[in-house]
Amino acid sequence: MFEHYLNIFLTTVFIENIALSVFLGMCTFIAISKKIDAAFGLGIAVIVVCLITVPLNNFIYNNVLREGALAWAGLPEANLQFVGLISYIGVIAAAVQILEMFLDKFVPALYNALGVFLPLITVNCAILGASLFMVEKDLKFGESVVYGLGAGVGWAMAIVILAGIREKLKYADIPEGLQGLGITFIIVGLMSFGFMSFGGISL
Amino acid sequence: MANKYKEILLKPIIAENPITLQILGICSALAVTSNLTVTLIMCVALTSVVSLSNLFISIIRNHIPSSVRIIVQMTIIASLVIVVDELLKAYDYETSKKLSVFVGLIITNCIVMGRAEAFAMKEKPFPSFIDGLGNGLGYSFILIVVAVIRELFGAGTLMGVEIFPLVSNGGWYPANNLLLLPPSSFIIIGLLIWVIRVFNKEQVEEKDFNLSKHDVAPNYEKREINV
Repeated sequence: MFEHYLNIFLTTVFIENIALSVFLGMCTFIAISKKIDAAFGLGIAVIVVCLITVPLNNFIYNNVLREGALAWAGLPEANLQFVGLISYIGVIAAAVQILEMFLDKFVPALYNALGVFLPLITVNCAILGASLFMVEKDLKFGESVVYGLGAGVGWAMAIVILAGIREKLKYADIPEGLQGLGITFIIVGLMSFGFMSFGGISL
Repeated sequence: MANKYKEILLKPIIAENPITLQILGICSALAVTSNLTVTLIMCVALTSVVSLSNLFISIIRNHIPSSVRIIVQMTIIASLVIVVDELLKAYDYETSKKLSVFVGLIITNCIVMGRAEAFAMKEKPFPSFIDGLGNGLGYSFILIVVAVIRELFGAGTLMGVEIFPLVSNGGWYPANNLLLLPPSSFIIIGLLIWVIRVFNKEQVEEKDFNLSKHDVAPNYEKREINV
């Protein structure tokens, strides 16, 4: 049992890394990776939000939205999958808002550290993407907790690595037009080729 | 008046391209570009969502309280995406399987949210619609260029029709499978940005550090010594 969860975790972190293998959350991934500190803060925020929203969406999917899931309410034929997208994004927006208020009240240090990144996360496709993949893979509740954690950790790891490379690259002599955005794309491409080498591993 | 609309429509295509300058909406640009047909469908889906969401948000912009505006925008965008998703499932199920979660991810595509925040909340409905259309076309332009390069040189075909006869079919072109792998689209976009910036100098970013000039030796006699 433990092995099964460990497999899901390692697969999501390395083989199906949400940033470098399925390319989600790229906008923030490229925009906020100039400094390691900022990248680390954002990474932590993504881990926390993924860990909360993926199981929450899994619970909603399995108990309300999926075909025949409303049997407990006496509606065995209802199939609400078409409102899936809007309810997942609603859950994510609400969870981020509540987390923000909670941190502001009880853990102000962490709140100040995360700062502007928390509201940004609502529109980060990595979070919504993790929920959508969870639905596509048809995970159980326990598996979805591990999947959410793995997705967040994988994304955070990737952005910290990229920020590290970019901090070193500041001192390099890059051709004029490639400066900044251009070279960052090429680095991410090479990193992603690197992560493809995990592809053959089966756990 | 007509000139103003033309400018709003054409500016985002190269000069203020959402992908290569504003860093918006990159996620889907990478994952759906290995096949031109799929790319075209994705472009149509995104362009219609961004222009219609701009239109609707602009129509009700004076009635949205600013404290809940993100949620209101999200609801409008999500409803439009659901419509697109269901239409695609109904009429082209094969492609909708290939696009998997990426149609749903149009909701969090930063182009849609970004244009709603930056343009539709301030301007009248018609210019907003044009602006959405322009940004959708700018996004489509980059996606189509990347998809043409990847499919033509990676598989020797365009929209499934053979252009370069492959060696495996008795032709002369050895397919470059590297281009069909998703990471290659990063490198193609990187190089595309380079090309655009060679022609648009004002887009070039400043360096953090400059190399000192090596041809002039430092003048040690004039050096100040701080004790």
